[in-house]
Amino acid sequence: MAIGSIPLRYQISIDRDRCMECGRCVENCPYGTFRREGDRIVIDSRNCTACHRCIAMCPRDAITLTEHPCDYRSHPIWTRDARESIYNQARTGKIILAGMGSTQSLPPIFDQILLDACQVTNPSIDPLREPMELRTYIGKKPSRLTLRRREDGDVDLETELSPNLKLDTPIMIGHMSYGAISLNAQLALAKGAQASGTFLGTGEGGMHPAIFPYQDNMIVQVASGRFGVDVDYLNRGAAIEIKIGQGAKPGIGGHLPGEKVCADVSCTRMIPLGSDAISPAPHHDIYSIEDLAQLVRSLKEATEWKKPVFVKIAAVHNVAAIAAGIARSSADAVVVDGFRGGTGAAPKIFRDNVGIPIEAAVSAVDQKLRAQGVRNEISVIASGGLRNAADVTKAIALGADAVYIGTAALVAMGCRVCGNCYRNLCPWGIATQRPDLVSRLNPDLEGEHVANLIHAWTMEVSELMGAAGINAIESLRGNRDRLRGYMLDEGMLKVLDVKPAGA
Amino acid sequence: MCGIISVVDRAGNLMDGSKIKLALSLMDERGSGEGAGYAAYGIYPEHADCYALHVFFDNIIEARAAVEALLRAWGTIVHDEEIPTCDQPNLKKVHTPWRYFFKPDAALMSGSSSSEEEIVTSLVMKVNTTVPGALIYSSGKNVGVFKAAGWPEEVADFYRIQDYRGYIWLAHNRYPTNTRGWWGGAHPFNLLDWSVIHNGEITSYGTNRRYIESFGYRCTMLTDTEVVAYLVDLLARRHGLDEELTVRALAPPFWDEIDAMPEKEQNLNRAIRLAYGSAMMNGPFAIVVATHKGIVGFTDRIKLRPMVAAEKGDRLYISSEEAAIRRMEPDLDRVWMPRAGEPVIGRVY
Repeated sequence: MAIGSIPLRYQISIDRDRCMECGRCVENCPYGTFRREGDRIVIDSRNCTACHRCIAMCPRDAITLTEHPCDYRSHPIWTRDARESIYNQARTGKIILAGMGSTQSLPPIFDQILLDACQVTNPSIDPLREPMELRTYIGKKPSRLTLRRREDGDVDLETELSPNLKLDTPIMIGHMSYGAISLNAQLALAKGAQASGTFLGTGEGGMHPAIFPYQDNMIVQVASGRFGVDVDYLNRGAAIEIKIGQGAKPGIGGHLPGEKVCADVSCTRMIPLGSDAISPAPHHDIYSIEDLAQLVRSLKEATEWKKPVFVKIAAVHNVAAIAAGIARSSADAVVVDGFRGGTGAAPKIFRDNVGIPIEAAVSAVDQKLRAQGVRNEISVIASGGLRNAADVTKAIALGADAVYIGTAALVAMGCRVCGNCYRNLCPWGIATQRPDLVSRLNPDLEGEHVANLIHAWTMEVSELMGAAGINAIESLRGNRDRLRGYMLDEGMLKVLDVKPAGA
Repeated sequence: MCGIISVVDRAGNLMDGSKIKLALSLMDERGSGEGAGYAAYGIYPEHADCYALHVFFDNIIEARAAVEALLRAWGTIVHDEEIPTCDQPNLKKVHTPWRYFFKPDAALMSGSSSSEEEIVTSLVMKVNTTVPGALIYSSGKNVGVFKAAGWPEEVADFYRIQDYRGYIWLAHNRYPTNTRGWWGGAHPFNLLDWSVIHNGEITSYGTNRRYIESFGYRCTMLTDTEVVAYLVDLLARRHGLDEELTVRALAPPFWDEIDAMPEKEQNLNRAIRLAYGSAMMNGPFAIVVATHKGIVGFTDRIKLRPMVAAEKGDRLYISSEEAAIRRMEPDLDRVWMPRAGEPVIGRVY
């Protein structure tokens, strides 16, 4: 078949006047975009992934990158992506694999929600001068307290509280497994989480001994492949998360390409070296909500009811009812992962088409739980495509107790969102197991960057709360009165339970 | 900006409404002449065992018939009458205030230990959400709210407030922003035994409303104050917290303060914040909540609205301004400024 060459996706050019031929681009590019021929650096743009490693490392700013240097005939339906996917599949006959979150150009609802601020009738509160409370507890809360006042005036608390995680910020880091990311990357995230007084997920990859010093800030995951799970692993975590689904690929299990299963990953996951780790779509012991409730209880029994258990589900159409079912189990938190959630590897067709936005999902979940009077039974964690402190604030005002970030934390460590995570060639040392690439990532330095990001966002959330006249995050949670929709249709406003701007 | 004042005689001695009218009128500049109101406990001794339902009717034909049908279905109307009023030149009588002395039939509401109260609460919610042209704005035993759109002195004269004698009085002078100056939007707000006056704005309203509605309350009065009455009803009546603990839940200490407490107290306060986080009230406010047992005044956690307290003998006063208190009692034993979030409690002995 004569499909021939597909036009270049990216074109790299070197300003030869500026280039001093130091060769850093050659050393840094794992994709083979640059090579040295004699005293000349030759470019093969076809290999470029726009990871920007060469650009970041060039001491002379000599390298430039152009996306789509060659046009197709423009067509509103038969886009470049539509045509290139077909060429790809005509050649290979395969499902297309992709990395990072959805590339669909649907407008984020977050961008069409505006925040409130105080003027006159209610004074804004200045976080530089007044206390501003972002401390967040994740776990079951009693729906009422039994308090008894004694003769001497002392009050006895007769209600026993379930274990909760205490967070200094509502921002947590989601689950990215060792395997999908490098040990250095996971270490950096763990250091960042610990320094920020928050938590990080292990993903479905077990826990490497190097992470043990950070285990009090780790949430250990139990997913359908049960990779890396034993009772020691469960006991090490501050909490346990059952992963039912993931926003990037609802309805299917995890994918870890065999290229990334090195010796250490194989040991930590308890799987053969170099084998693809494909988790089953469902858990083979969960075929109903009552089965899930049993697994929650089993995990609690295994850890003597000392650890909160989370359940993570992808945001799908019926997410609110599913969350209400989870709230009736012994689970302490439900993680709702929106369709923009990132991933190391997912079938493109799922990533771009299955699931619903986190904004609508978290709002529906919060409303359903309140309508059924079970909101205190469970914390709600929102995740999937949160890009800044405003998204965090809006997610909480829509009803979330806390959020997970994933991609944002990776970007803080240098990730350029090039989307080639599944190839084991990540030039930033993040989504790779190749020792030379992994060693590029300094866990101390990148841990600091992650902590900086969380700190900065936390301060921004404080400022936004203060401007809205709120000094405790409890009063922001589910406070949709402080949101307004802009250019959202009536149906969406109803789902979000948000008034339009001006109303 | 609004003005509030409240007084309790802890020995239960009755006071007529003439002095609180003077006190509230002194704070006229805190209002805009679009809403004022009074509430008093102990004013209906002859019907002390009945729920006194005060209703605004837009007309006294259809709306009244619908309300009375509901009341008869759920209990007995022992007595009813139009609330006597006296025309004022600048106060337009847009509603007809009516009162019913009502005895619910507890046998009709099963499965609750306080079924009379449940019946009255549900009747209030039902009338206010489903009967056009009727609004029940006062529903406790031996307590009554008198409010309208007008200046404090006009509203007092309209209802001839000096003719009522109570041992607790609450009064409020409104500067409306959130809703127009309509009669139902004036304070005090009342549900069963609870009455509330409020100066300020509750920025946590969205959270509080969704929380309280998940317990079956319906916010119908277009203003953030009614949510306070429902929150207090939930915490104090349904969950059995005493006044101090109820205030602790609504305006809790900061985490920094909690962290510095001895362990037992820390656990208690943490539990209160965890369980009742959605009930916490944020925003600038000074509030007085009353029941037949007394009054409690408190402000937001950083005291963004004024509140002053004073004592003279058995009487405890809480107000936006000391000058207003001195209008009622020039010679006070003690005057003080309560700290942010710290409740001032006046219990009847």
